[in-house]
Amino acid sequence: MTVALTIENLSKTYENGHQALKGISLQVEQGDFFALLGPNGAGKSTTIGIICSLVAKSGGRVQVFDKDIDEDFPGAKRYIGIVPQEFNFNQFEKVFNIVVAQAGYYGLPASVANERAERYLKELGLWDKRDQASRLLSGGMKRRLMIARALVHQPRLLILDEPTAGVDIEMRRSMWEFLKGINAEGTTIILTTHYLEEAEALCRNIAIINHGEIVENSSMKSLLKQLHREFFILDSAADLPATVELEGFECTRLDDHSLEVGVEQGQSINDVFAQLEQQGIKVSSMRNRANRLEEMFVNLVEGAA
Amino acid sequence: MNVSEQWVAFTTIFIKEVRRFTRIWAQTLLPSAITMSLYFVIFGSLIGSRIGDMGGFNYMQFVVPGLIMMAIVTNSYSNVVSSFFGAKFNHSVEELLVSPTPNYVILLGYVSGGVARGLCVAMIVTTVSLFFADLNIHSYFITISIVLMTSVLFALAGFINAVYANSFDDISIVPTFVLTPLIYLGGVFYSMDLLPDFWAAVSKLNPLVYVVNAFRYGVLGVSDVSLPFAFGMIALFTAGAFAYSMHLLNSGKRLRQ
Repeated sequence: MTVALTIENLSKTYENGHQALKGISLQVEQGDFFALLGPNGAGKSTTIGIICSLVAKSGGRVQVFDKDIDEDFPGAKRYIGIVPQEFNFNQFEKVFNIVVAQAGYYGLPASVANERAERYLKELGLWDKRDQASRLLSGGMKRRLMIARALVHQPRLLILDEPTAGVDIEMRRSMWEFLKGINAEGTTIILTTHYLEEAEALCRNIAIINHGEIVENSSMKSLLKQLHREFFILDSAADLPATVELEGFECTRLDDHSLEVGVEQGQSINDVFAQLEQQGIKVSSMRNRANRLEEMFVNLVEGAA
Repeated sequence: MNVSEQWVAFTTIFIKEVRRFTRIWAQTLLPSAITMSLYFVIFGSLIGSRIGDMGGFNYMQFVVPGLIMMAIVTNSYSNVVSSFFGAKFNHSVEELLVSPTPNYVILLGYVSGGVARGLCVAMIVTTVSLFFADLNIHSYFITISIVLMTSVLFALAGFINAVYANSFDDISIVPTFVLTPLIYLGGVFYSMDLLPDFWAAVSKLNPLVYVVNAFRYGVLGVSDVSLPFAFGMIALFTAGAFAYSMHLLNSGKRLRQ
């Protein structure tokens, strides 16, 4: 399997002495949809900044596909498309010109640049806005503009730093579908996000970074398997009895119609239903109490603190 | 990047820069035309008629080259300092920094934008000056060479200022407190012969003296300084500014963390 990104012992100490990265190592395979998670100030943006040359590393090695950034950074940059956290385009420039200019910085001739700008602006629903000054776009549109700009040179590795921050749910879902499509076409994607359900929905592998160190690096499935206990909210159409007890399960009556039940690893939720059935309680619906990944994330981050 | 890709990147930056200053022409091209017209009217026609000849020419003819050069210097400088600092300020400079465009192409792109604005303004001011004075160019080669070298030099100076600037105040301090006094004391309005020996010697430390006089030689055929020396000084300053600009870009100072 080809490796899209190799990071070895990467460190960064800023001029003020803050050690943002303490020798992190990780690999992202070609075609992966990879989540890089961590709390604010954990080192995610520093890592991304180093990969795309906006931050100078203090030590370690970064290789993008076959290009080591110390030996051939321009070559490595050709492989990378970056969607930063902050809007970083000229707010007075027209949408179309921003995308075409980015293609020019990668040496693409005007005919190719125009064609690709049209393609990606159409795919991202911005074609109608192409002659508008970018400052007039909504927040979600600006994020999509940055994605179109990042894709115009057709990178093999797309890095998205909080791409759906401040985007409404409908727009977020459509961006997910778009990114899934890009990934299915072969583009490797690295995503940082604070929306953990986003990482859970999109990503196959995950690394969690905290205080400049990788505290977890595994597949999403194996990470979620590590959860020892999950909590479910069970809703009943009829009023619940004043007290509900389930043998072997942690059970809390939330209100007249809702129960919260904790199911340990190895236990079966069928036993919960069986006991409720015996007590004459019919469950009308069930949902997770909280995002499972969120729970894992909090455990890992708090554990490392 | 191969040469043709670098050319595409260069023209992309250049076109973007030209589009920027033509889009805001009322802020970039018009003020120089108005200011210089006022200089021509006040210093050339009204006051100049009472001053008499200077350097063998009437005062209007004498000040025109200096005023054209003043417009070139301020505009080539202002274009790059405001555009590059603006790109830093709104982070759009990152579009270039994450791309494989070589640093010297980035620098040449911005500098050529500054030169383009300097030349546009030079043409406007020269056209305006023709309403006030007859201009017979003494040497087209020297005139054009000096215009190009000067606009490159001050575009580079604007770039250096933009890299160091942290706020909009920082991009106006140098033009206001350094550039303008040097221009005014650079022999735009008077001949060095009028100065006492001491101040004439001090003036020779001012690089604008060489720029203004070399250009005046190209237009009128008279200069207060040696022409080869003036060319040498401008070339030296330009090479130094280019080398320092490249050092700033390569080191990532104030651009990369």
